[in-house]
Amino acid sequence: MTIPVHSSVLQSAQRAFPFGPPILELSSISLRFGGVQALTNISFNVLEHEIRAIIGPNGAGKSSMLNVINGIYVPQEGSITFRGERLSEMKPTHAASLGIARTFQNIALFRGMSVLDNIMAGRKLHTHASFLEVALQLPRARREESENRAAVEEIIEFLEIEHIRKTPVARLPYGLQKRVELGRALAAEPTVLLLDEPMAGMNIEEKQDMCRFILDVNDHYGTTIVLIEHDMGVVMDISDRVVVLDYGKKIGDGTPDEVRSDQNVIDAYLGVPH
Amino acid sequence: MTTGNSGLDTFPKLLMHHARERGERPAIREKSRGIWRTVTWRELADEAAGLALAASARGVQRGAHIALLGDNRPRLYAAMCAAHMLGAIVVPLYQDATADEIASSIAGANVTHVFAENQEQVDKLLEILPRCPTVQCIVYDKDRGMRHYAQRELVSYASLLEQGRQLAAEKGDFLQAEIARGSGEDPAFLFFTSGTTGPAKGVVLTHASLIDRARVAASMGGLKDTDVAMAYLPPGWIGQSLFGYVQPMVAGYCICCPESSDTMLADMREMGPTYFLATPRVLETLAKQVSLRMEEAGGFNQRLYRRCMAVGRRVAARTLAGEPLSIGDRLESLASDILMRGPLRDVLGMSRVRVAYTAGDAADPDLLMFFRALGINLKQLYGSTETGFFVALQRDGAVKPDTVGSPVDGVELKMTPQREILVRSPGLFREYHGDAARTAQARNAEGWFHTGDAGTLDADGQLRIVDRMAYVGALKDGTPFAPRLLESKLKFVPYIREAVAFGDGRDMVCALIDIEMAATSRWADRQNISYTGHADLASRDEVYALIADCIATMNAELASDPALAPSQIRRFVILDKELSADDGVLTRTGKLRRDAIGERYRALVDAMYDGRTDIRVEPASGGQAADIKIRDAKVASTQDRRAA
Repeated sequence: MTIPVHSSVLQSAQRAFPFGPPILELSSISLRFGGVQALTNISFNVLEHEIRAIIGPNGAGKSSMLNVINGIYVPQEGSITFRGERLSEMKPTHAASLGIARTFQNIALFRGMSVLDNIMAGRKLHTHASFLEVALQLPRARREESENRAAVEEIIEFLEIEHIRKTPVARLPYGLQKRVELGRALAAEPTVLLLDEPMAGMNIEEKQDMCRFILDVNDHYGTTIVLIEHDMGVVMDISDRVVVLDYGKKIGDGTPDEVRSDQNVIDAYLGVPH
Repeated sequence: MTTGNSGLDTFPKLLMHHARERGERPAIREKSRGIWRTVTWRELADEAAGLALAASARGVQRGAHIALLGDNRPRLYAAMCAAHMLGAIVVPLYQDATADEIASSIAGANVTHVFAENQEQVDKLLEILPRCPTVQCIVYDKDRGMRHYAQRELVSYASLLEQGRQLAAEKGDFLQAEIARGSGEDPAFLFFTSGTTGPAKGVVLTHASLIDRARVAASMGGLKDTDVAMAYLPPGWIGQSLFGYVQPMVAGYCICCPESSDTMLADMREMGPTYFLATPRVLETLAKQVSLRMEEAGGFNQRLYRRCMAVGRRVAARTLAGEPLSIGDRLESLASDILMRGPLRDVLGMSRVRVAYTAGDAADPDLLMFFRALGINLKQLYGSTETGFFVALQRDGAVKPDTVGSPVDGVELKMTPQREILVRSPGLFREYHGDAARTAQARNAEGWFHTGDAGTLDADGQLRIVDRMAYVGALKDGTPFAPRLLESKLKFVPYIREAVAFGDGRDMVCALIDIEMAATSRWADRQNISYTGHADLASRDEVYALIADCIATMNAELASDPALAPSQIRRFVILDKELSADDGVLTRTGKLRRDAIGERYRALVDAMYDGRTDIRVEPASGGQAADIKIRDAKVASTQDRRAA
């Protein structure tokens, strides 16, 4: 790799998009599945244009947290505020229309469709022509089609996947599928991007590539990014602030350096002698 | 060529001529964001003019050296035009060169301004900037990721162009005068030699010499402004700059820049070039892909392929030999063309290719015949950086696959008693940059240039290249030995990517083999051989057996030629890691650096001659030691010959 991954400290000194006010605020979120307490009284916020990581050991409730933000799970207690507006019940479609896009831990692409078509699918929110207009190829449908295609081509160039534009997704290696999924999320032109373990199962080179793309997305489009990650090293390198969960509880919150030196976090990751 | 060319002795004059004569015709096409975008000659001239004015304001002077570091893009070529407008000398560098290689090139040529394609190249330049005090300005094209760079040397191409366009109104006359001041005798390019034998040398070529050679080649190839060529090889190689800049300037044809190197094949198919330049390595890769996929097709398709290729080979060989074709041959040829060869040409993007050249290294006759059998007019071209490239080429109707053809008009050839090829031509280089001693050594007082290649001229004046002079040797028993021939034969085998033959001063010939991972791993999959990676696969007994078979086949072929029979390969080793330019064992164009290879793999080579069957090698750069096997290859008997 010839392109170094810049640390967040360096980045924040000369950011193109300085941190704004909190775009997303979660207060006292609790989530139960029957008798299982998945999340207990969790509060944190996400500033506009920052890269916010949620980390924690297996079963800590990271994915549940992301699903709450995304509106897939509705918490029993607590509230979500997006851009100062309190949302009592977030639904996935509502989240999407607010500009929240996401990727999944287990890749959720249309496997038989080409890369191009998959990313085009991400443009759904920017398509207003009706079914009939598209079927009859009326002017608005045609105009939208070429606008969307132009936007998708920009993403394809951004993610450097020109060579697989027409390849069916099922034929691609894992690392590239992850990149395509990121592309589909980007196609929605999100203000907040939720990434569920974007680096899981990748080799070092693929991880470095993915890190670079995440930083580039943040830097180029100013997208606010919330990501879940297992790999501590990666998280510390690219995120601005980190939330640490353990057994559904928040045990740490702060910059990577603060979190790294937090005794509770060290205990949770390395274990404590009993 | 058309009349009125007498005054057009520099590239900027030619550019202005094209902008007037065929202003709306395409000069460069580029696929960007999925769409082919066109730059016309007029647009190219305008953009270059704007850029030149802004560059002049930033201190580019007549005779300055300007390095270009990037892939084939319209902006790279516009920068080339702009530099030439100001009378500067263009130094194209290899875009995948390491920072250290770039530093030595920049220092060697006293480069003052650099055009860099993107952040990756800028990062390399900034790393070496403290070591390169001559560099005043770095122009970057793509601004992605460049927001955080505040170095005062940096300026974006777009903003430079913007400045230039503002200057155009008031300083247009200045530029016209600068263009008029240029003369054909001015140096135009400084290319670095590939450096197969020793460090790279900076070769200075003038406008006049390049334009002269390109005119001759263009008239031989019948090039017109409707021709189309792909620009996909590294611009640092003279071949690419010739086919992507010099020849278009002379003939007015259009070049197409693919989206990326990975999309080259698909992009080429979309554009359908009529004029094509490839290195033997590119052609080997294409040929291997075709044969590999056909091997996997199986059944009817495979039989059809073999049958049609056999017909194609036979017809191509007969045509080359000048024998008449029977009606049956013609019918079979037509049928195979409709059924298989035509569609295959289309898949390769070569259906419209009128003239294709392979240059840069030795091409195996079998490789040439593979493409000729497909119905592609592929010919060998011989030349080097110092000779303005066009020295000899195969003529239509007189192609002998094992020669590089007859000398191009204006070129004189002479052989020394040691069989070294000497060239005298209007296209010869002016000098090695800042090295009068080396220049005098390479070119004698009568203007003969010592190519360093050994060769012979056959009865009908066609040139046959043996090898580099430095590599031609003899086995211990005195039999002449030239490694290149063996290696290019081996490289035609789909499973072999690279081969290095040893034999000079030895009692037998041995070879290092670098396997082609794509083909060999597919073969292994079909054989149900499991492996973990390159090193593991390369060490498998099954793979050794496969390669031994390939070598045995080649040995049998060699045995049929009395002169070559002693050069049969007796023992070989499969390398556990591929030969790479980053390790310094290959040049950036993919040629072998024998001295470096001999040094790096000394232990392996010695072990081959010791008769050992395996050796433990400690890698030079640290890491785990590896056990490498050495195996014998079957040698074909030469007793029949002795008996006869």
